[in-house]
Amino acid sequence: MTRVMALDGNSAVAQAMRQINPDVVAAYPITPQTSIVQDFAQFVADGLVDSEFIAVESEHSAMSACIGAAAAGGRTMTATSSQGLALMWEVVYIAASLRLPMVMPVVNRALSGPINIHCDHSDSMGARDAGWIQLFSENAQEAYDNTIQAVRIAEHMDVRLPVMVMQDGFITSHAVERVEIYDDEAVREFIGPYKPLYPLLDVDHPVTYGPLDFYDYYFEHKRQQVEALRHAKGVIEEVGREFGQKFGRRYGLFETYRLADAEVALVVLASTAGTARVVVDKLRAEGIRAGLLKPRVFRPFPAEEIIAALNGVHAVAVMDRSIAFGAMHNGGPLWLEILAAAKLYRLDVPIVNYVFGLGGRDVTPEQIERAVRETWKAGMLGKAERIVTYLGVRGDENGRAEMENRAVALGDFRLGPLAADASAGNGHELVEA
Amino acid sequence: MSKLMTWQELPIGGVIVQAGNSVEYVTGGWRTFRPVIDFERCTHCLLCWLYCPDVSMQTAGGKLTGVDLLHCKGCGICSEVCPAHAISMVAESEFAAEKEVVP
Repeated sequence: MTRVMALDGNSAVAQAMRQINPDVVAAYPITPQTSIVQDFAQFVADGLVDSEFIAVESEHSAMSACIGAAAAGGRTMTATSSQGLALMWEVVYIAASLRLPMVMPVVNRALSGPINIHCDHSDSMGARDAGWIQLFSENAQEAYDNTIQAVRIAEHMDVRLPVMVMQDGFITSHAVERVEIYDDEAVREFIGPYKPLYPLLDVDHPVTYGPLDFYDYYFEHKRQQVEALRHAKGVIEEVGREFGQKFGRRYGLFETYRLADAEVALVVLASTAGTARVVVDKLRAEGIRAGLLKPRVFRPFPAEEIIAALNGVHAVAVMDRSIAFGAMHNGGPLWLEILAAAKLYRLDVPIVNYVFGLGGRDVTPEQIERAVRETWKAGMLGKAERIVTYLGVRGDENGRAEMENRAVALGDFRLGPLAADASAGNGHELVEA
Repeated sequence: MSKLMTWQELPIGGVIVQAGNSVEYVTGGWRTFRPVIDFERCTHCLLCWLYCPDVSMQTAGGKLTGVDLLHCKGCGICSEVCPAHAISMVAESEFAAEKEVVP
């Protein structure tokens, strides 16, 4: 029977892990993920799970132990945050390339430095090209639901990839909410028994994991990973539908709110979507037709589906809780993906970026409202005043950022003086003798 | 390996599911010097077989019969250890006219 409990995001995820009852959990505590591992260690001590819990000495070892356990044929989980994910980095890629299904809750926290323990998305965005599936959760319920679904997605025979399940550090992980915890048996029935593929412990069918893979085969193995991520999209939707039938909460690639007839769209991941809904309602009441799109799946990025959902809007504000340093206009990764998708699928409207909330800085409804109003105006004029805005940072109010981020008029995209210099040679042209 | 597999044909994850298949993987392509055996001098002591790091000295019935050129890297250890001086290292360029060994 479903129980309604008062849980924070971490405890909700720990409950999912108890119900999943993985064969192996190898984890190292790190703020703000700590209480997931703490709760789970308690479940182990209390005999509520059968899991082999490996208290490792670092996250590099945690992921390495998970890889070994998954290759051996066990259902495997870990959890991490920020520096922990960064320390894992090398082996994170290996888990995906060895095609080992495992589930890793990631409690989003800013990356050092300067050292900070609060929420932004720079940790998981740093691993966005690692070949993992990435699911973002808005609240504790979604973190719990996504953790359960991630097991099915990862282990699907057309996928066989590891999955990260994100939630916002402290905002979601440590705030107590109403969470529906489903019946243990129903969850176990939903995830089903684990079917290992090429398990090392099957001594009658010996296999080799991780052999040298050169120019003659490496590329084919990378191509297989692409295929797995292509299949993942359909599998995520299929699992989300089935989850809805069983537990009453259906999940897709993203969620929209009042988007169908919207003239201005706001795109934002995770907990901020909750604040954004309030802003959408307020603006609607004042006559601005605003709408929200909250991506759930960041990897594989559902480009075509997102652009189809945005079709009809006059302007888009993409909010990013991290910076892709040195990328175009030093914007955020979500914005870059959506810009690229809009080009490919021909959504020809101003698409601007609002970077916010770095290092856990609060973002207020007033700030989001300002962003949506500015973007709405850009849609009306067909011209944005700024391309990238660092929302809520001190010093940018009327300063340099605006000078550097020159206005871009649609269909009238003139190159700035720097670009003109480059086309005139700029002293770096090859000169033929 | 007679034919390179496509991504659809390969087991996923770079996993090797067939035991002992390294013999199918041709690694002799690096060789710049090739061991050539003078069977007039060879005493079949098999020291070359014992020292060869790539198990490339071929034998039959306790006698040396030749070199597995698909795997021999031309390190020359066999030539160095041969007490009868029966193995000479000859530049691969001398064999350039021969058809390339395709497994």
